[in-house]
Amino acid sequence: MASPTLSSLPSSSAAHAVASLAAAAAAAATAAGEAEKADQVAEAYENAHVHGVYEAIAPHFSATRYKPWPAVAEFLRAQPPGAVGLDVGCGNGKYLGVNPSLVMLGSDRSPALVALARDRVQSLERPLPVLPGPQPVAVAPTPTAPVAVGTDVLVADGLSLPFRDGAVDFVICVAVVHHLSTRPRRQDSIRRLLACVKGNGQAAGTGGKVLVYVWALEQGNSRRGWEEGGEQDLLVPWVLKSPKPQQKKQKQPKQRQNGEPPLTESLPSPPPPPPPPTGEDGNDGSSGASHTDPVFRRFYHLYRQGELEEDVLAAGGAVVASGYEKDNWWTVATNQ
Amino acid sequence: MKVLTLNFLTCAVKTCKASSDSFPLHPKDAELVHDDLEINPQLLVNVLPRLDWTALRTTSTELGFPELPEQPPSAETLEADEAMLKELHNLLVETQMMEGKLVCGHCGHEYAVREGIANFLLPSHLV
Repeated sequence: MASPTLSSLPSSSAAHAVASLAAAAAAAATAAGEAEKADQVAEAYENAHVHGVYEAIAPHFSATRYKPWPAVAEFLRAQPPGAVGLDVGCGNGKYLGVNPSLVMLGSDRSPALVALARDRVQSLERPLPVLPGPQPVAVAPTPTAPVAVGTDVLVADGLSLPFRDGAVDFVICVAVVHHLSTRPRRQDSIRRLLACVKGNGQAAGTGGKVLVYVWALEQGNSRRGWEEGGEQDLLVPWVLKSPKPQQKKQKQPKQRQNGEPPLTESLPSPPPPPPPPTGEDGNDGSSGASHTDPVFRRFYHLYRQGELEEDVLAAGGAVVASGYEKDNWWTVATNQ
Repeated sequence: MKVLTLNFLTCAVKTCKASSDSFPLHPKDAELVHDDLEINPQLLVNVLPRLDWTALRTTSTELGFPELPEQPPSAETLEADEAMLKELHNLLVETQMMEGKLVCGHCGHEYAVREGIANFLLPSHLV
């Protein structure tokens, strides 16, 4: 495993010490065969630097997550009607209504995010209500608005998923695996995803598909400046900005880091403006954060080119397709 | 949580997955609500072959619904059977478990369902 990188985390906080401890314990445990102990240390670390953070920033985080990644949306639209799929690490549930002919079950480790996703599911199950008062004329009515009635969400850990083996047609897992702090845990999480889909024992490539999406180390076009050969294990800050009405709309960066265009871009009559958009890390305090805004640090393992495919193979999977989209590596995997 | 969802869920404890007793999970002290939703016959027909029918029959009975036929209807039969479509829509999609517990028949662990959301996070000794 790439443990040396953990010891040089760009943080002087106590997190640094915890990370070093986790790495040291992981290394020691591997040698001593005490994988269980290393797992506990890694889990405690992830509790502090992933789960706890998302729980604390859930509403703010959710408000910045509204536009599906194109490759993910395409994957979902390619599924046949009635297919049953999982969204492991569904966050606020932004992928649950992309293809309403599917049954989508979302799970996330954060109860606060799942509660937000549940509200979203309820809105997906019903055609938009006709509001009293004048209707915006510019918006054409959609008489047969598709309704996603087969959608649901629950709280679960990606390493202890409650789905029966081989039960579903496909899985998506977007921006989740990179939050696990050791390579064995990342590979194990992919193994768990593969266990959920149909197709064990079939010819490679014909079974249920698992789409995994992780942050890339190679982000040459991003202002973050991460690139090949750089640090892979990082604590990335999230600044929980206090709400400021009419906040600097014109100051939004023209090109955003994660390629999520504003939802309102193409709508003729704008609903309330979205909050300042942020990249996967865009919220790093460089624009408009006051010094009193709390900062949370999330653990990320940045994947280098080819590493995700290696992890899929180590998890017993076969790689069907893979690619790069806007600072992320993605892979579609099946069972061997 | 929908009854449809329950058909895909088992115990989150790794050692339970191999046991047939862990599926389906058994509702306990379940508070159900009925939600009027638009029926989507095509979705039901398409989902049918993906359901574990035996488990669905168990769940249906445990929740106090009328007994389902022993064998699942074929796609053609279901498409033409409006009453059956409505019954399945009512059971699978419109019935929500809002409060209660889901119990594993193998290890006995109880997962809480609150405000319609099931929580499968395990205490550390079960991970």
